[in-house]
Amino acid sequence: MTAPTPALLKGATGDWELIIGLEVHAQVTSNSKLFSGASTEFGAEPNTQVSLIDAGFPGMLPVINGFVVEQAVRTGLGLNAQINLRSVFDRKNYFYPDLPAGYQISQYKQPIVGEGIVTVDLPDGSVREVGIERLHLEQDAGKSLHDQHPKLTYVDLNRAGVALMEIVSKPDLRSGEEAGAYVKKLRAILRYLGTCDGNMEQGSLRCDVNVSVRKPGAALGTRCEIKNVNSVRFLQQAVDFESRRQIEELEAGRAIKQETRLYDANTGETRTMRSKEEAHDYRYFPDPDLLPLELTPDYVARIKATLPELPDAKRARLESDLAIAPYQARVLVMEKESADYFEAFVAAVQKRTGKAPQDIGQDCANVVVTELFGALNKDSKSIESSPISPTALAGLQALKMDGTVSGPTAKKVFEEMYATGKDASAIVEEKGLKQVSDSGALEAMVDKVIADNPKQVEQYRGGKETVITFFVGQLMKLSRGTANPAMVTELLKKKLAK
Amino acid sequence: MALDKATVTKIARLARVRVAEAEKDALVGELSGILAFIEQLSEIDTSGVEPMTSVVAMPLPRRDDKVTDGGKQDDILANAPEKTAGFFTIPKVIE
Repeated sequence: MTAPTPALLKGATGDWELIIGLEVHAQVTSNSKLFSGASTEFGAEPNTQVSLIDAGFPGMLPVINGFVVEQAVRTGLGLNAQINLRSVFDRKNYFYPDLPAGYQISQYKQPIVGEGIVTVDLPDGSVREVGIERLHLEQDAGKSLHDQHPKLTYVDLNRAGVALMEIVSKPDLRSGEEAGAYVKKLRAILRYLGTCDGNMEQGSLRCDVNVSVRKPGAALGTRCEIKNVNSVRFLQQAVDFESRRQIEELEAGRAIKQETRLYDANTGETRTMRSKEEAHDYRYFPDPDLLPLELTPDYVARIKATLPELPDAKRARLESDLAIAPYQARVLVMEKESADYFEAFVAAVQKRTGKAPQDIGQDCANVVVTELFGALNKDSKSIESSPISPTALAGLQALKMDGTVSGPTAKKVFEEMYATGKDASAIVEEKGLKQVSDSGALEAMVDKVIADNPKQVEQYRGGKETVITFFVGQLMKLSRGTANPAMVTELLKKKLAK
Repeated sequence: MALDKATVTKIARLARVRVAEAEKDALVGELSGILAFIEQLSEIDTSGVEPMTSVVAMPLPRRDDKVTDGGKQDDILANAPEKTAGFFTIPKVIE
């Protein structure tokens, strides 16, 4: 792992270094809320998934959801982080219409998870370690809708009290691209763990970005926090805009004010939301309604024993056990669903052909990454809606491997399967695409091609042996791609040598 | 610890309590008095003593992850001064 290579930004007065830290709010996957038995399901009628606790009614007492605690510990373990056996819930006090109690129950000084490390794959193929500062549990707020009425704001408390994990990174990121790669990796880990669905459109994963700039090697500059960044693309745009803005301010001789800024997806700009010293005095104190959360080493060990294989480990295994090239392995593990698909596919191929994983891995990877992902991407389809199931694709792969269809024919069959959802063997049968390996039939075709092209025969016999590819091409055309290329080449060589 | 007038003004704003300028001097005295009363506790040496977070010696109770509540929109909105179509409605707040 290399130290951050500062991707420097050019300014009028020289180079600037960009320093980024992220706070990611990940909604914990659970049936009910952090401190109440109301449902967490998305998209219900307003205020129908609200308990009196969530609505901040007086006299109501919070009781913690044990499964959410487990999910937080699981996530901490997945981030290679320290699990704090004792953590404390605090009240974070502020007034806002979607926070009925006037405080959010959160963890301040003693979070449930401490320092950890995420290994991030950068677009240039290099790998970097990004530090995790902490992970703590807290309640989500309700939702304010400002666009329903000219004079009113509508408040829905369905989301109020849903459990969030706030995951804070160290300021280890140096460009918008890196920040994007970090969020993608974090999202993948959460999804593998099953602790957050990672759905950015529905707000299950939200980012606040801290950005500052400095001259290389200088002390850290004043940072601004950008809120409301809800896609990886927006994250990169927001960082790019904000760093430019700060450099322009500083180069014009103005100071950066520490403030919260709002990212506007329509303009790609950030603008002042509120200035920090004014609004942020949260007067944290331990919540007197809740005892400290105490865990035993046993409890943590039990959760650790149930951790699934995570992307990094899976990738290493694909490379070592299935002999898959690093690039494809990386692409395959990026999304849990893709990895699941691929593994089901390999298992099915193995079952049909009886071959060892390391002998079929790379070829299987090529088919999935190039053919299938290529086709899915073209249609903006996800792997879950793939018209070809892993077993169906294995059917085609087996036909290719046992020589029933040639490589080029397999591509055609794939397209047909993708379009119609039909079985590979049915398509091969129907269209007569079976590879011709019958030497009698092939010989007749070879003779015809040689007879039809005397000029090329002369060239070949004159020593220009590369002309063989011309003959192979002619034969493929003649056989509509069904001729076995290896046999054809051999036959051609034999006949042309005469 | 004695409070000054600026601090009283800040506390009032954080608590969203409107305090007339004329009342502030009296509040400076009262709040400082309360703090001084509490501060007597710091005379006791508590070094090496764990902060007491509860008077009952029991672990934090945990519940199962089951949906046991909700579906009472009417109750939730019963005391709302203004409501529309299942939402609380309030004067527009835009930051």
